[in-house]
Amino acid sequence: MSSVKAQEMSTTASVAPRRTKTRRHLSDRAIQNLFMWPTLALLIAFNLFPLFYSLYLSFTNYSAIARIDPVWIGFQNFRNILQDRQLWQYFATTGRYALVSVGLETLLGFGLAMLLREKFKGSGLVTTLILIPMMLSPVVVGLFWKLMYNPTFGYLNYILGYTNPATAPDWLASRWGGTPVPGLALWAVVLVDVWMWSPFVMLLTLSGLNAIPEYLYEAAAIDRASPWFQFWRITLPQVAPLLLIAVLFRSIEALKSFDLVMGMTGGGPGTQTELIAVNLYRQAFLGQWQTGRASALAYIILIIVIGVSNLYIRYLNSIRGEA
Amino acid sequence: MSKRLMWVLLVIVALVMVACGGGTPAPAGEEAAPAEEGAAPAEEGAAPAEEGAAPAEEGAAPAEEAGPAVTELNILWAQWSPADYLQQLVADYEAETGIKVNVIQEPWGSFGDRFFTEMAAGGDAWDMVIGDSQWLGQCATQGHYVNLTDFMVSNGIDQTVTPATLTYYGEYPTGSGQYWAFPTEGDADGWAYRKDLFEDPDEMAAFEAEYGYPLAVPETYQQLMDIAKFFTRPDQGLYGVAIYTQKDYDAITMGVENVMFSWGAGWQDENNNVLGVVNSPQAVEALQFYRDLYECCQVPGLSNAFFTETNDALIGGQAVMVMNYFAFFPALANPEVNPYADVTGFFANPAGPYGDRFAALGGQGMSVISYISPERQQAALDFIKWFAQEEVQAKWAALGGYTCNANVLQTDTFLNAAPFNPAFAQTMTMVKDFWNIPVYGQLLEVTQREFSAFVVEGVGTAQETMDRIAEEHDRILREAGFITPAP
Repeated sequence: MSSVKAQEMSTTASVAPRRTKTRRHLSDRAIQNLFMWPTLALLIAFNLFPLFYSLYLSFTNYSAIARIDPVWIGFQNFRNILQDRQLWQYFATTGRYALVSVGLETLLGFGLAMLLREKFKGSGLVTTLILIPMMLSPVVVGLFWKLMYNPTFGYLNYILGYTNPATAPDWLASRWGGTPVPGLALWAVVLVDVWMWSPFVMLLTLSGLNAIPEYLYEAAAIDRASPWFQFWRITLPQVAPLLLIAVLFRSIEALKSFDLVMGMTGGGPGTQTELIAVNLYRQAFLGQWQTGRASALAYIILIIVIGVSNLYIRYLNSIRGEA
Repeated sequence: MSKRLMWVLLVIVALVMVACGGGTPAPAGEEAAPAEEGAAPAEEGAAPAEEGAAPAEEGAAPAEEAGPAVTELNILWAQWSPADYLQQLVADYEAETGIKVNVIQEPWGSFGDRFFTEMAAGGDAWDMVIGDSQWLGQCATQGHYVNLTDFMVSNGIDQTVTPATLTYYGEYPTGSGQYWAFPTEGDADGWAYRKDLFEDPDEMAAFEAEYGYPLAVPETYQQLMDIAKFFTRPDQGLYGVAIYTQKDYDAITMGVENVMFSWGAGWQDENNNVLGVVNSPQAVEALQFYRDLYECCQVPGLSNAFFTETNDALIGGQAVMVMNYFAFFPALANPEVNPYADVTGFFANPAGPYGDRFAALGGQGMSVISYISPERQQAALDFIKWFAQEEVQAKWAALGGYTCNANVLQTDTFLNAAPFNPAFAQTMTMVKDFWNIPVYGQLLEVTQREFSAFVVEGVGTAQETMDRIAEEHDRILREAGFITPAP
């Protein structure tokens, strides 16, 4: 026992100076590098490299399943995409979808946040319950809502009082009592998106509302400011930055929305819910494998998303500047 | 800092240059892989693999002489019951030869992606694949498959299967006599129906009184329409049919094809011309019929329906007749799944108004991967030779596999083995398929979009729809070189 102890001590003694030496060698810069370079390597391998490589592929006729080297075709893919009227229609559908869903989510999320701002018994539980939809997988949500929209046994028509499928709306088929109703399927998808993501807007807005100093309202009350004035001049400006961040995130997500639509309609009927991300997937995979063209389309989408985001960020900065 | 940034950018640029600098393996033709002799690049269109001699059997010496003995073979297939049946079957092969055969299953959703990405890399993870009939063009022209023509012809294997299955599961280009796959799992669309309703005396009397002929399994699509209308009773929650409408991949096209082919229409003429063919009067009539069937008698809510949804419509007691691939009928004959299993019958597609009778093809053929060694290719061919034997095919069928063997399909044992087997055997003589050329995905995208818009969304006319499809198909085929410009 004692010999073991002695051995341990001698080992410790021999290691101790080495450790000190090692620690001395690890300068702040070394530690900084130790943390930074692996992250940077991963970033280059999995983000930057694919980004630049797909940019290159967008100028080629490459197909990921063909054993043929990419052939440089210049701007041909971009030209074809920009001249494709069908694709412009998908862009327009995506724009409509993003505008309506994000608009409704903002209104609903803000309204919910205002309601939940006042603490009441069980408000924590209510807040948690409201947040549940955004925690679910979009595909699962899509499949569940597909059942709820079913005109024969779905809850929605039943709640709305349509018990005869022959006269009821068939939401996802864009028909009402058998008659085509253009846009109905898109509205049905928007409704689910709003149900799922309004809580996200609510969450961010609620944190913004809770951060507003109480003394501002007290001062306003002393000055006999009306509730509307308080809302317009205190609440809204104070919460606007966080609200805009929520809108920014949701707009980016809505512009590249994919899984919810695929789960519910697959882009149909016809092209009614064919969002641009769904079509991108169709071109990149699903038997087509037009990797070059799909890369070009992805870059166009990226540029649009960056453009929209920049508009938001500029506005956000201007608001902050005013504040 | 700027120096470091420069280094990072340099690394990225270097990586991109390496990736862009021809890292992709050369087309298969330049490596001693066998399929290349017959393969033409996609751009060359439908050029058949005239020289497509099967290299493995010519070049490869028996395994013992040429290299290390093959003790294991791997077959890639989709994850479903037939793959399990095949795994059971190959135990016999191991017992006979000592070669273990593994059936590697990949979920349907990623089956194609996994296979093609491996092929693009020239990978040899599997020796054989039981691939989709649509893959033939891509795999033949890009050298992924070994040309099996000489092997199948010299061993008489081509004579063992029904001609239609040989054409659509194995031949590329169609009519060229070049074979790339052995028809393994036959499949096509057929119908399941509620026998109890068809045989109910009151229903029979009422039907005959209304339509003037007895209620029975429909022999024509017009009769199918009559029966569907007769049984469509929304107040009872009962509807005439459940047909394919899904837009995602190929479902609605397969559904419409059943009708189109039986109306005498098709996707192309012998020179691949589509104008005037795709939008022929028969094709337009057929499409109109499909929409009429959807509007009058489809179970509500099935606006994006494929095999699961149509089966569910029968299981749930909503539909009287459902369209589906035969591969999905075992569930309907299983009392644990289908409460109406005992009263569910099956029939092959009825005939169109001009006497034609066809069914849209599903199913797969077994091919040998060209990137494996000659020894493994030989071992794979030996396996196919064993698998193609009539007694093995009979056992394959007994296990639940859908054989394409012409003799086995006609045996009483097979016909009595399952309630849907007689209809299957009948269907296997009248199958037709969509395009199987490398650009089939682009052609399919057009038909899916247009059929969904016309049938489900209810937009436009059948003539406008088929005209648009014909124009777009013509453009795609011309760009891909399958239609040469007129001189």
